[in-house]
Order: sequence, then C-alpha cells, then structure tokens
Amino acid sequence: MSPAAAGTAAGFPWLTALTVLPLLGAALALLIGKHARGIALFTTLIGLVFALVVWIHLPLNGTMGLVELHAWAPSIGMEYHLGVDGLGALMLVLSSIVTLMSVDAAHRVHHQPGLYYGLVLMLQAGLFGSFTALNFLHWFLFWELSLIPAFFLIKLWGGPKRGPAATQFLIYTVAGSVALLLAFLAIFLSTGTMDFSQLAAMAADGSLTHLVTAHIGAVMPWLAIGALAGFAVKVPLVPFHTWLPDAYAEAPSPVTMLLTGAMSKMGVYGLLRIALPIFGVQIAAMRTPLLVLAVATVVLGAWAAAAQKDLKRVFAYSSVNHLGYCLLGIFALAIPAAGAAAPTSILASQAAALNGVILQMFNHGITAAALFWFLAMMQMRTGGLRGLEDFGGLRKPAPIFAGLMGIALFSSLGLPGLNGFVGEFLIFRGVFPLSWVSATVSVLGLLITAAVILTVIQKVFSGPVPERWRAFPDLHASEWLALAPVIGLMLLLGLVPQLVLSALNPTVTNLLRHWRF
Amino acid sequence: MIEQAAAFTPQLGAAPVTRILWLVPALPVVASGIVALLKQPRRKPAAALAIASLSLSLLLSLFAFGHVLAGWTNHLAVRETVNFTWFTFGATGVDLGWVLDPLSAIMMVMVSFVGLLIFIYSVGYMEHDENFTRFFCFLSLFAGAMLGVVIANSLLLLFMCWELVGLTSYLLIGFWYQKPSAAAAAKKAFITTRVGDIFFLLGIVWLFAQTGTLLFYNHEAGCLEPLALGGLLAQHAAFGLTAAGAIGLLIFCGAVGKSGQLPLHVWLPDAMEGPTPVSALIHAATMVAAGVYLIARVYPLMSAGVPLIHTAEATGTTAALVVVTWVGAATAVFAALIAIAQNDIKRILAYSTVSQLGYMMAGLGLGGVAVGMFHLITHAFFKALLFLGAGSVIHGSHEEQDIRKMGGLKVDMPFTFITYAIGMLALCGFPIFFSGFWSKDGILEAAHTGAIKGPYYLLVFGALLTAFYMTRQVCYVFFGYWRGHQDAHESPRVMLWPLAILAFFAMALGLIGTPAWPWFRSFLEDHAAPFSLHGFAEPGLVLLMTMSSCIVLFGLWLGWKLYGSKSPKPEAPDVLEKAAPHLWAGLRDRLYVDEFYGVTVIAFYFWWARVTDWMDRRLWGGIVRLVVRITSLWAHLNRLFDVRAVDGSFDKACEEISTGGGLLSRVESGRVQSYLRILAIAVVALAAVLFWSSMP
Repeated sequence: MSPAAAGTAAGFPWLTALTVLPLLGAALALLIGKHARGIALFTTLIGLVFALVVWIHLPLNGTMGLVELHAWAPSIGMEYHLGVDGLGALMLVLSSIVTLMSVDAAHRVHHQPGLYYGLVLMLQAGLFGSFTALNFLHWFLFWELSLIPAFFLIKLWGGPKRGPAATQFLIYTVAGSVALLLAFLAIFLSTGTMDFSQLAAMAADGSLTHLVTAHIGAVMPWLAIGALAGFAVKVPLVPFHTWLPDAYAEAPSPVTMLLTGAMSKMGVYGLLRIALPIFGVQIAAMRTPLLVLAVATVVLGAWAAAAQKDLKRVFAYSSVNHLGYCLLGIFALAIPAAGAAAPTSILASQAAALNGVILQMFNHGITAAALFWFLAMMQMRTGGLRGLEDFGGLRKPAPIFAGLMGIALFSSLGLPGLNGFVGEFLIFRGVFPLSWVSATVSVLGLLITAAVILTVIQKVFSGPVPERWRAFPDLHASEWLALAPVIGLMLLLGLVPQLVLSALNPTVTNLLRHWRF
Repeated sequence: MIEQAAAFTPQLGAAPVTRILWLVPALPVVASGIVALLKQPRRKPAAALAIASLSLSLLLSLFAFGHVLAGWTNHLAVRETVNFTWFTFGATGVDLGWVLDPLSAIMMVMVSFVGLLIFIYSVGYMEHDENFTRFFCFLSLFAGAMLGVVIANSLLLLFMCWELVGLTSYLLIGFWYQKPSAAAAAKKAFITTRVGDIFFLLGIVWLFAQTGTLLFYNHEAGCLEPLALGGLLAQHAAFGLTAAGAIGLLIFCGAVGKSGQLPLHVWLPDAMEGPTPVSALIHAATMVAAGVYLIARVYPLMSAGVPLIHTAEATGTTAALVVVTWVGAATAVFAALIAIAQNDIKRILAYSTVSQLGYMMAGLGLGGVAVGMFHLITHAFFKALLFLGAGSVIHGSHEEQDIRKMGGLKVDMPFTFITYAIGMLALCGFPIFFSGFWSKDGILEAAHTGAIKGPYYLLVFGALLTAFYMTRQVCYVFFGYWRGHQDAHESPRVMLWPLAILAFFAMALGLIGTPAWPWFRSFLEDHAAPFSLHGFAEPGLVLLMTMSSCIVLFGLWLGWKLYGSKSPKPEAPDVLEKAAPHLWAGLRDRLYVDEFYGVTVIAFYFWWARVTDWMDRRLWGGIVRLVVRITSLWAHLNRLFDVRAVDGSFDKACEEISTGGGLLSRVESGRVQSYLRILAIAVVALAAVLFWSSMP
C-alpha cells in the first residue's frame, strides 16, 4: 500500500486542492451572481493549471502518484484516499479543458447566471473527485454529486422537452448507481474494505470471490453485473443508452459539452478503475455477450446517427459510437486466463487496446465538446436552430467557421493527422488479434460515421446559400481565439501522440500487470 | 529469355539526399499551410508559393533519382531507409520512415513533375475563379500527401498519407461546393474509397499484429523482408489462403477503392465534377494510381511464396495475385465498354482511366512490379495530357462538356488538337512511336505467357474498345463542323506549354521500356540493361506485337468509319444507338451499377438507420417504460404493507429540499421524488436482504 502523504508532491495536497477549488468557485459564483461567468472562467483556468501540475508530477513508472490517505469513517469502510496515475491524471486534464470550454461557450446565461455557473463548477468538483478517489464510498459520493448539478442544468436551462429528458437522465443513472452501490455493499460486507487497491489485490489472488461466496453466496457474477450496470448506463452501452439522445439534445449545448466531453468518461473510467480490477474474472467470463453489446454500440450508434434530423441528436449518437470503441477495447482485452503469464503477443495487443481506449477517451472528449460548442454558436446565431436541414451553403458566408468546424468534424471521423485517428488505430490494432470478428464488424462503424459526418458537412456547409443565411456571421476574433487552442490540440495530438502516450503507457503496463481475467 | 545479370550488391546506409528526403512531401505541405493563411485576393503569392515549393520538391526528387541511378550504373541495389519511432505502446514501437529505392524514386519524379505541369496549367485555367488561393492551398496539400504516400517506408505512414490524399481529393472534387452535384460527388468519392479503406485498415492491423512492425524495410526486420514473410506464409487463414495472401487481399481492397476498380469504381466518373486540372492531376495521373503503387510497394507480400525470378518452369502465382489480375482485367473491359456510350468529354476520359487502371492491376498481377508500374508512368503522362487537352477544349468552347455539341476544333484549336491526338494515340497504343504501345504490350505479353488465358482475351478486347471509343471522341470533338453556340478559341500559352511537354513524354517514354532496351524493368528489378535487338527475338513476341497493332488499327478504323467527320446533330441518336438501342441505353446508363447500389446497399443503409432509430425509441425505450411501470406498481403494492418509516422520512427530506431552494418547485408534480422514492425503497429492501444473508 502506498504510504500516506508520501506522494504529495512538494508537500502540497494537489488533488484535494483541485477538488476544493471548483467548490469554492461555485460558492463564490452563487454569492456574486453578477460576475459568475468571470469567476467560473477564472476558477476553471486555475483548475486547468492544477491539473497540468498533477500531470507533470506523475510517477514515471505508472503507479499511483500524489497519494493522500487519511482515515475518514472507518466503520463504513470509508477512507480519504486520493491518488492518480496516467489514466486519472489524463481525465483530470480532460475535465478541466472541457469545463473551461463549456464555461466559455455559455456566453449568454440571462436566467440566474450565478446558479448556472455554480452548478457547472459543482459538476467539475464531482468530476475531479471521482477521478481521484481510490475508495469506493468516497468515489461514489462524487459520482453521485456530479449527477445532481447535471440534472438541474438540464432541467432549468434546457430545451422545450427538458423536463422528461432530465428526469429520464436522473432516474436511469441513479438506477445504474443503485446496482453499483448494492454490489459494493455486498463486497464490503464480505471483505470489510472498500479500498480499490486492496480489493484489486484480493481479486487478483482469488480471495475476493472466496470471501464473497463464503459470506453471501455464489453471487460474484451478479455483483459484476450490478457494477457493470452502473457504468453501462453512464458510458452508455447499447441498450442502456436511450436516456442519452434526449438528455444531450435537450440540455443547453454548453452542458451537453460537459455531459459528453467529461461525464461520459466517468463510466469508462469506472470500468477501468473499478470493474476490470475487481471483477476481471467475471467480466472475462461474460466477454462474448459484452463484446456483442460493444459492437452493437459501435455500429448501431453510428447507424442511429444516420437517421437523426436534429444536429444535436446526430452528434449525441455519434458520441455513443465513439465511446463504443472504448467499450470494444475494454471488453476485448478482458481475455480469460490472460495476465502476467499471458504470451507477449496477447500482452502487446492488450497494451495497444488499453492505450487506445484511454487516448480515445481524451480525444473524444475534446472533439465532441468542440462539436457541441460549434452547435452552440450556430444556435446563438440563428435563434436556436439545430436541424440538419435548417442550414446550407454556410461555407460561403462563414468560411472560418466552416474551416474550423470542418477540422473538428474530420477529427471525429478519424482522419489521420488529427487526434481521433491514433486512438482508433490502437484500439483496432489491439482488438483484431484478440477478437477478430468484433474488429471486423466494428470497422463498419468507421464507414457509417464517415457517411454521417460528410452528410452533415454537405447539408450544413455546401450547396447554394439560402437567402436567410447570406449574412450568417462568421466567427469573430474572440470566438476563434478561444477555439484555436482546441483545434491546435487536435492537430498536436494527431501528429505527436507520444505527448500523451509517454505518460500513459507506463500506467497501461502497470494496470495490465495487475489485472487478472 | 532476358539474360539475368548477377544480383546487385545491396546498398546500406543512407546518403545525405535520403536523409532530407522528407522535405519532398513537407515542402508542399508547408506551402499549403502558408497559402491557407493568405487572404483570398492574394493570388500571385499563392500560386508562386505552390509552384516554387513543388519545383523544389521536383529538384530534390531528381537528385534522389540521380542518386539511385548512380547506384544502378555501379551495380548497386539502392534501398536506403530512414526510420524513427512515432510512439510506443506496451513494449512495441510504432515506427514510421521513408525509403529511397528505384520504385519510390521513379514515382516521386513522376508525381512532382506531372504535378508541377498541372500547377502551372491551373494558373491559367483557374484564373477567374474567386477561390483561386484556396485551390492552390488544396493542390499543394494534395501534392504533399501524395509524395508522402510515395516515399513512405511504413504501411501506417502510407495509410495516413493515403487518407490525407483522400481528404484533398474530397475537397477538390467539391471545390465548387455551391453546386449540389459537386458536393454530392465529393461525398460519394470519400465514402466509396473508405469502403475499401476499412478493409485496408484491417489488413494493416493484422499485419502489425503478426509481424510486430509496419516498416517495409528495416535491415531484415521489416514486414516485406523474408523473415516476416516466412512467418506470414506459415500461418493459414480462411479459404486456403495464407496469412500473407489474406492480408494482401485486404490491402488490395484499399487499392480497389482508391484506384476505381470494380466494384468500387462508381466514384471516379462522378469525381469529374471537380475542376479539370484536378481531374488531370488527382483523378488520372497520380492519386488513382496510388492504389497501383500500393500493390507494387507491397508486392513482396502479394507474391510471397513464389520464386522471385520467373523462369520457364516456374511461372507461379499466388491467390492474391490471381484476384488482382481478374479484378484488373474485368475492370479494364467493363469501363471501356461504358466509355463507348458516354457523351461528356471528361466522363469518357474518366472511364478510360478506370479501364487503364485495370490494365495496370492486371499487369501487376501477371507480370510483376515493372510491368504494372511502366504502364502507370506512361499513363500518367498521356492521361494528364488528355485531361489538360480536354480542359483546354472546355475552356475554349465556353465550358461546354458535351462532345455532341463540339466539332471541327482541329481548325480553331490546332495546338490542342495535335497534342490531344498524340495523347489519344498513346492511350490507344498506336504502334512504335507512342509510349502506350510499349507499356500496354508489356501487359499483354505477360498475360499471354500466363497460365490462365482469360485475362489475356479480356485485355485484348479492351485494347480494341479503347482504340474505338477514343476515335469516337476525337471525331466528335475535333473533326466535322462546330455545333456549339459561341465560337471556340485556342487557350492561353500558360495552358499550352504543359500540353507540349506532356506530349513529348507521351511519345518518348516508350523508349525506356522496349524489349530491346528494357531499362525500366531492369532499373526496378536491380539488374543491368544492355541494349540488344535480341530482346525482340523472344518466341512469339513479334507476332504478339503485330497482332496487338492490328487490333488497335482495326479499332481506329472502325471508329473513323462510324464517326469520321460526319458531325451528326447533337440531338440525333448515335450510330450505334440506332443499331442496338437497348445495349446502347445500358452502356449509356453505366450498366446500372449506381442504380443497383441505390436499391441495395444505399437503400439498406437508410432503411436500417430508420430501424435502428425505431428500436431506440420504441423497443429499448418501451422496455424501459415497462420496467418503470412494473417497479412503480411493485412499490405501490409495497406501500400498502409497511415501509412507512422509510417512506415518511424520505418524503420529509424531499419536502425540505423542495421548499428550501425554491428550485425543486420547478420540478413538475413531484415525479422525480416519486421515482427516487421507489429507488430508495428498492435500495433499502435489497440492502436488508444483503445484510440478512451475510449474517453468519
């Protein structure tokens, strides 16, 4: 076990500070509603700096760094245990970037701005907390904490059908969480701990299943299903995704940026941090049905996007498709009997898939958030229009807008040279040898996504300009200056993925060494 | 038999020119980036920058070519690589790199040279276009990406550049994006080629997983080198293929898409919506040839298991190469048939390109790298010439593209006519004086000596059709009398110079690949090429050449006989249409391939999209609603009994929240609370069960 406080780089509890910061910002924003946007921008900017500091201080060998460990409520197995490795730190950086983008995108919140930005910052605190917590209850607290602000953001600032969408979102996610909580309750009752690393160690040497069977019965597979349910809803995995298109479409676009850019990553993160280490054996046993669902997520997600007429729903389903590749990689690498003793070729494929999954999480977060940002700008310019057929020929009046959004769209399509490609390439490199059938069916997703995205470009940017859009305003300097770093990041990560992978790969190697399937 | 010289000594290490070879693609890409940032009205700097950067690339390519040539004259097999690690996963590095060998050297020179001529031509052709700078931005990006495909020493780098080439092709086909047809054609091109590319990607990841590298050559550790190939041959995939064969076929799928082979040829004719210089550069000379180049590059993989030197005893082939051959030969005839009944000057050339690409593929499959690549190089010159000539005709006849509304242009546009005729004769394979004759005969000869004769007959028939449809086109355009509205005029000089240069090469290039002096083959295959008329003495060769010449002459004669200077009225039916109306209609409508895809693949795509959407709304959504109903029913039943304590306190808590913030009052009719209440009950109940069962 990591010694307490050993990893607090330079003696400063960076991770606690990171989580407290947005809460302070939220309190301030609620108090001074008038300057809430400024406060939120400032807080998220500092948050990004903190996250980058955390990223720089990662241990080079891929283990948990910046660990903070204190007693909290031992009677219920709750400890204050924080730490990040490459996976957690990358998610921290992603959440800070996406929240910053979202705050920047929310230009005109006329209705209760203090509450709005306060809720956004609370959501960020939830994200930070859940990406750093290493104890189940602590983690669960933040996992649920992020849900409440998201619910109210949809409910209060959403589109015409926001009520049902928000309710559906909340109920669905809470139902998943309940399954997750019950599974961990059972585990706590059997083992007396909720610490992820301890549970992972028990899972690796087989004592976890033994204890659970002794205390409760042969319910381990059910507990695994319960845990998976929580994550499957959040990511989402087909068929647990029906809340998503409504929620994404009805949420105000800056909130959708948060939902798809950062919150959907909580589910994938949970699979990697919690489900695979603790329920690896059970997941490996269910690998085939899970792979079928993952492939369905990839293919049906893309295909459903092709049927949508609302741009937000198009990108919502496209997000389902992109996160489907993450699920594909995760379930494919859970190959029974692999582990430290696995042949090197399998290990190499698992490493490819896992690196790809985590890179894809980051890339999708950036790209999807950027796409919804562009939609927010389109809605702002047109009084809320967002239909696929509402536009046309926009390249003529708004060439910079078309060019930059074009880059983001091609990044989403997976064009080499932009960030989307590397993650998807690595996932397919990893999945093909581990399950060639799933890889072969899933490439169909790449094709359909291309068709969907090129259709969007065709309908929105090409063709003759309708009379009403002749004066469609192009991006003004403040807008493209805000977007430029994001687009730059897409290019940078597309050309130099080693920037992220150099810190990620040790973590991946370390994780794979400890997982048992 | 050609005397096989002793194998050349391999050349190791990288010369200075190899080390800076990355500049060849990088220069145009950088130029493109700068041009992108220029304001639209700055035309001259944009064109100057693009042309200057590509000139430098050409210069560098020529140096590199000279380096390889110097090695060749000293009997050294030059294959210099520079590799580097792009990123690592696990313990595996993903390596990229570039290679200088005869194949990349020749291709590099061709692409930059033809590209440069077309850049210069475009200055005239696009003069009045409002998006002139953007055009040069895209063209430069294309040139960079294409040169990247050429020098790549890694299948991954090749694929990345390949996709970028696809992107620029998309942008340039849709250059006049306000035309809905152009936007649709661009989308169709990208998606159709991507159909091939997804299989290509599978081939790449499979190869990577099997061999652990995607570098072609890396001091005996590359994926095209014997060690890796041996491993792939030992592995058996499905359908009696080795892993090498299966991976080869997957990669070939990519080539089928890019090079417009059956059944993915449908995008190429539509791609003619782009500006004509784009058709010449991308959709005739270079990009569409990338598929052929790809197969030439991975030829060791495609032919793995076959002895390298063909002898009379062992002219073995592989399943992958047989597929390549048949697809190529079938495409050659199929597209040539359709070309007969087209009336758009560029579409005829587009189908002709598809057909000629089929010849190249068949040449690769039957005769190896040198045969296919020779036709690629000669075709690049004469087809670029034809397209630029067509551009000149279109420009001169006021944007008219229908050959039935042209005629008699040999008088109005004499220079264009002469160069066009040279290109046309080269394409038809007119004997002795035209490069197309020698390169096409190389393919026919290889087909003739092959074990299976089917492709040979197809290709000979294709040669007849080619001579025929080109004669028809030239008769309609240049002979007879003018049927257009405004008078035609000759094009400006800046457009004619490139025509002259290309015409020269359309004739002269044949000299480097005659049986008497097969320099091209020996250069690519690393052996010496002495000049000797004995090359013609191979049994049957002269007979074959005579026969193919007769076929070409017959095609020309037939075309002249039927069309000549007759200049029928534009609305009058074609002579062949009168003879066989149904057949003609079929050919004119492109043998209904697009329609077939429309009612099958595309219809299925939209139908299934709707089904998926329906499943989401009704099926999955319905199940969710059902579960909610059942849960709430169960909860109500529970309430009838006894959970009042929990229920009451939860209600109270909810009330506190709702009255406290004034926020939850917006939540309609407490539905959320009631759902949460149900959940809370469920949690408590299940927790109780858990506690109870965990009691010792």
